Amino acid sequence: MTTLLALPYWQETGIKLGLALAIIPTTSLILVYLFLFKMMAFMQSRLGPNDTGPYGTLQLIAEAIKFLQKEDIHPAQADRRVFRMAPVVVLGSTFLLYVILPAGPDAVVENLDTGIFYAMAVSSLSVLGILMAGWSSANKYALLGGLRAAGQLIAYELPLILAVMGVVIQAETLNLQEIVVAQATGEIFGFGGIGNPFIFTQFLAFLIFMIAAQAELTQTPFDMPVAETELVGGFHIEYTGFRFLLFFMAEFGTAFAFAALASVMFLGGWWIPGFDVDDNILNVLGPGVMLGKILLISFFIFWVRFTYPRLREDQLQKFAWKVLIPLSLANIVLTGIFKVVF
Amino acid sequence: MSELLRSYLTVGIFGVAAIAMAGAMLTIARILRPSRPTRQKLIAYESGVDPVGGDWAQSQIRYYVFAVLFVLFDVEAVFIFPWATRLEVYGVFGLVEMAIFIFILLLGLFYAWRKGVLRWV
Repeated sequence: MTTLLALPYWQETGIKLGLALAIIPTTSLILVYLFLFKMMAFMQSRLGPNDTGPYGTLQLIAEAIKFLQKEDIHPAQADRRVFRMAPVVVLGSTFLLYVILPAGPDAVVENLDTGIFYAMAVSSLSVLGILMAGWSSANKYALLGGLRAAGQLIAYELPLILAVMGVVIQAETLNLQEIVVAQATGEIFGFGGIGNPFIFTQFLAFLIFMIAAQAELTQTPFDMPVAETELVGGFHIEYTGFRFLLFFMAEFGTAFAFAALASVMFLGGWWIPGFDVDDNILNVLGPGVMLGKILLISFFIFWVRFTYPRLREDQLQKFAWKVLIPLSLANIVLTGIFKVVF
Repeated sequence: MSELLRSYLTVGIFGVAAIAMAGAMLTIARILRPSRPTRQKLIAYESGVDPVGGDWAQSQIRYYVFAVLFVLFDVEAVFIFPWATRLEVYGVFGLVEMAIFIFILLLGLFYAWRKGVLRWV
């Protein structure tokens, strides 16, 4: 990889940190406005927010300001310290995910060699925050929601990790940048024009990854932990004002990060067919390409969310353990056989 | 500082930044928001009805066995990752070894399945 700018470590990290601090809240703004507000409204034959700013684009800014002014209520019985820490832990997990998301040959905060392994590790930190929130609220709904969330997140974490393994076997690396390069330099039956996006060879892994990601994000077919018709909101029921907004931001920031991971691993990432993989122009065009792919993947995530009814708790666990995990193990073995034989 | 340690220093900085950002926003909120707690406001929310029973309700934790199974497969994943990056070097030998490993773990899963652990009662 070429070095775009040669800056001392502290300056470079400072710039990247500033960019990330600006980008992470923006990602959840984009997803919530575009999909949760507008797309959901159109799919349900409504208009959605349309008063605040042109086409309602400023609605979320207005809501953030509203949340800022809300009183911060700690229930009398709550474990105050844990109660306050929980949303920060969840947000921290989201932040750490953005460290490795690549948007160009050099446009990445830190190109860790453990790449995807690191992503899986930090994304599971949010379970801890959710369990903390559910437990410390001293509320029956919150406790049930927190336990359900923990049960669901650990059950779907396994298919998620095992699905990634197929990609790792094909690319022979955990590093996300090298996974992109492996796809860019790959060939489909000797034709290398569009590289070899792993969605073609790892379609089963892609499906498993998307289903498990949907469950990790507690989006609708898997939203038992926050089921508003029975738990009124689950683990974040007692949270008000800005602490609630932190959970909300983390949820959609993580959705964006998972969509980014899926597009890096299965759709070819920032690479554009016809360019060299270390062409400097990709640092400029790459983020745009990534954004397009991320929005495409998010569209599917939210489309499923708006379409399917909720799974029951037993169906949900059964689906993870009896269908997804054996399937993803079979995928690993099959990919391994193909890798060694061909 | 070596390159490896430095790259994880960035991770540490991001972790601290997340806490700092949440802290900054909560401080702004603290300046803007009112704080008038009353006894009624601080009661746990149970759809408008006064809470029944103690603060920490007991519930049956069916998730315990799932958590144990999770540890089994999560450790397995840690072993598969390094193998997956070096499969071409190991060739058929590595493939057979891993197939045996996964088969043994699958036996564990099927044992739990037959025992009815995976059923939600």
